[in-house]
Amino acid sequence: MSETLDEKSDAPPVLYPRAGRIRDALAVPAVTTALIYCMLPVLVFLSLFIGRYDVNPVHVVLLLAAPVVNLLPENVLHIYPVWSAAEANVIYQIRLPRIIAAVLVGAGLSMAGAAYQGLFKNPLVSPDILGVASGAGFGAALAILLSWNMMMIQVSAFGFGILAVSVTYLLSRMYRTTPTLVLVLSGIIVGAFFTALISLTKYVADPYEKLPAITFWLMGSLASVRYEDIVMIVPFFLAATIILLLIRWRINILAVGDDEARALGIDTKRMAQVIILCSTLITASAVCIAGIIGWVGLVVPHLGRMLVGPDYTRLLPVCLLLGACYMLIIDDLARMLTNAEIPLGILTAIIGAPFFAYLLGRRSVGWM
Amino acid sequence: MDVILDVRKAGFHYDPVRTIFSEISFSLAEEEVLCILGPNGIGKSTLIRCLANLNPLCSGAIRLHGSNIRSLPHRDVAKVIGYVPQAHDIVFPFPVRDFVLMGRAPHLGLFASPGRDDRAKADAAIDLVGIQKIADKPVNAISGGEYQLAMIARALVQEPEVLLLDEPTSHLDFGNQIRVLEIIDRLATEGLSVIMSSHFPDHAFLTSNNVAIMQHGSFMAYGLAEEVVTEENLKETYGVDVSIAYSHTVDRHVCVPHRAGQCRCHGHHVPACTGKAAVIAASMR
Repeated sequence: MSETLDEKSDAPPVLYPRAGRIRDALAVPAVTTALIYCMLPVLVFLSLFIGRYDVNPVHVVLLLAAPVVNLLPENVLHIYPVWSAAEANVIYQIRLPRIIAAVLVGAGLSMAGAAYQGLFKNPLVSPDILGVASGAGFGAALAILLSWNMMMIQVSAFGFGILAVSVTYLLSRMYRTTPTLVLVLSGIIVGAFFTALISLTKYVADPYEKLPAITFWLMGSLASVRYEDIVMIVPFFLAATIILLLIRWRINILAVGDDEARALGIDTKRMAQVIILCSTLITASAVCIAGIIGWVGLVVPHLGRMLVGPDYTRLLPVCLLLGACYMLIIDDLARMLTNAEIPLGILTAIIGAPFFAYLLGRRSVGWM
Repeated sequence: MDVILDVRKAGFHYDPVRTIFSEISFSLAEEEVLCILGPNGIGKSTLIRCLANLNPLCSGAIRLHGSNIRSLPHRDVAKVIGYVPQAHDIVFPFPVRDFVLMGRAPHLGLFASPGRDDRAKADAAIDLVGIQKIADKPVNAISGGEYQLAMIARALVQEPEVLLLDEPTSHLDFGNQIRVLEIIDRLATEGLSVIMSSHFPDHAFLTSNNVAIMQHGSFMAYGLAEEVVTEENLKETYGVDVSIAYSHTVDRHVCVPHRAGQCRCHGHHVPACTGKAAVIAASMR
C-alpha cells in the first residue's frame, strides 16, 4: 500500500489531460470544490442588493443576523432594529424569498439533470426527458384556463408533472426490451402529447387575459414567489435531494452500464425507479413555483463535470451548488437588465445555449 | 475439490421459436479454468450472461454453492461471481482508478461510498493486472487491451470465487492477448475459478483444464483440452481444416490452421514446403 502512495506523490495525477487555462489553475478538484462552496453564500448576499430600492449593507447584515442572534437571552446579545420598515420589507418579503426560490430551483434542476445523465448514460439528457415539464405546463395552463387560484395552479402543475412521468414509466414497462431506450422514447411520446394539450388549452383560452397568463407562466418567472410556495415544495425537495446524495456513488456504476451494474449486485430497476422518482419530485417542484425553465439541468452538469470530473460523489454536490449560483445569476440578470422583467426561460436559453456551445468547443467535457 | 458452480440441463431462448441453447450441464470446481469455444452467434455470451445471473434460464438450473442462483439476491451473487463483459463504449470519462473501485459495490451498503480500505483493494488489483501507469487516465481514452485489464481488475476487486470472462481476448493485439491469458492463468493458480469464452482454440491449450465446444445449441464436446480440441471437432465446429500438433519448443499442443490457397513462400525460408500443416508442425520440433 505504501508503495502505491509513494507512486502517487511522484507523479501528479493527470485526471484531465485536455485541461484549459482555467482548469490548470484549478487542477486540484478539492480547491475547485472549496471555491464553489464559497461562491453561493457570496452570491446570495450580493443578490440581496439588486433591485431599485437601495439598502444599507450593514443593515442587511444585521437584518439577516437578527432572527438568529435574538434567539439568545436578551442580556447576552441582542440586535435592535436600526433599519427602516421598508428595508426589512424589501429584504424579507421581496428579495429573500425570491433568492431562496432561485437557489432551490437551480440546485434542483441541475442535480436532477446530472442524475438523469448518469441513469440514461447520455450527457445530452435534461430533467424534462420523461415529460415532466410538458405535463406540469399543461397542469398550470389548465388551471389558469379554469380560473383556479395561484395555489391550485401550482398543485395542478405538480400533479400533472408527476402524472406525465408515471404514464411514461408505465408505457415503458409494456415493452420488455432495452428499458432505457424505451423509457426515453416513451418520454418523447408523453411529452409530445402534453405539449399538444398545452397548445389546445392556449387555443381555447381567452386571448386577452388567459392566453397571455398561460404564455407568461410557461416562460418561467420567480417574480411572484412567496414563502408559502417555498414551504410547499421544500419537503419534497429536501427528501429527494437527500436520497440522491446518499446513493450518488452508485449512480457512477449505473452510468457505466446496466449489465455491469447488475453484475456488481445493484438492483438497477429499483435504482432507476428511485432516481426517476427523486428527479421528478425535484423537477415538478421547481416547475410548479417557477414555470418551465430549460437548459439549467443540461448545462450545469457539464460545467460541473468539467470542473471536478465525472465522479458523482463530487459531481452531485457541486452541481447542486453551481446550479444554485447559475440560477441566482440568471434571476439577478432578469431583475437588472430591463425595467420589465425578462422571463427566466428565455434568459436561461439565451445564456445557456451559447455557453453550452462554448463548453463543447473547449472539448474538455470528456466525452467528445 | 469443491464444486462452486453446478449447471444442470440449462436452456435459454429469447423467443420460444428459436432456442439459443438447451440441455447444457457441467460443473466448475475450485481453481478450474473452463474455456468455451464455438462459432460466432452460437450463444456463448448468452450462456455467460446466464451464469452471471443477468439473464434468467428458461429451463434447468444454475446452482451456486448448492443454492439456485435465481433465489439469491444479486448482491450475494456478485460477491461470488465476477463478470467481465465484452468491451463497450463508456460515455463518461471516469478515471481508471474510480472505474476499478466500482467493483467494491457488492461489499458496500446502499448509501455507502468506498473508503480507504476499498481504495487500497482497488490499487492492489490495479497493480496485479499491471495497469498502474494508466490508473489516472479516463477509462474511455485507453487502449482496448488496457480497458480489458481494467475490467478484470474491477472484477477482482469484487473478491469473487469465480471469474466469468466474455471473449477477453477479442479486439486485442497478439501481445495483449497473451498478456491477458497469462494474468488469467496466474489468477487461477492463486485459487480463482475461471470460465471464459474464446474464438481461439489455441487459448484452450494455453490456460484451460477443461474445454467445452458449443455447437447447435448445446455442448458438442466437453472435457480435458487435449481430448476436446481435436482436428475432427474443430473441423465440425468451424468448418476449416486444422492440425493439432505437439510443439516441444513451447511444451504444449498447438493448433495450426491449414493453408487456404497456394503456397506463396517460393521455398525461400521453409524447406520442402508442400502446403501441409503437418510439415509445418514437423518443422517446429
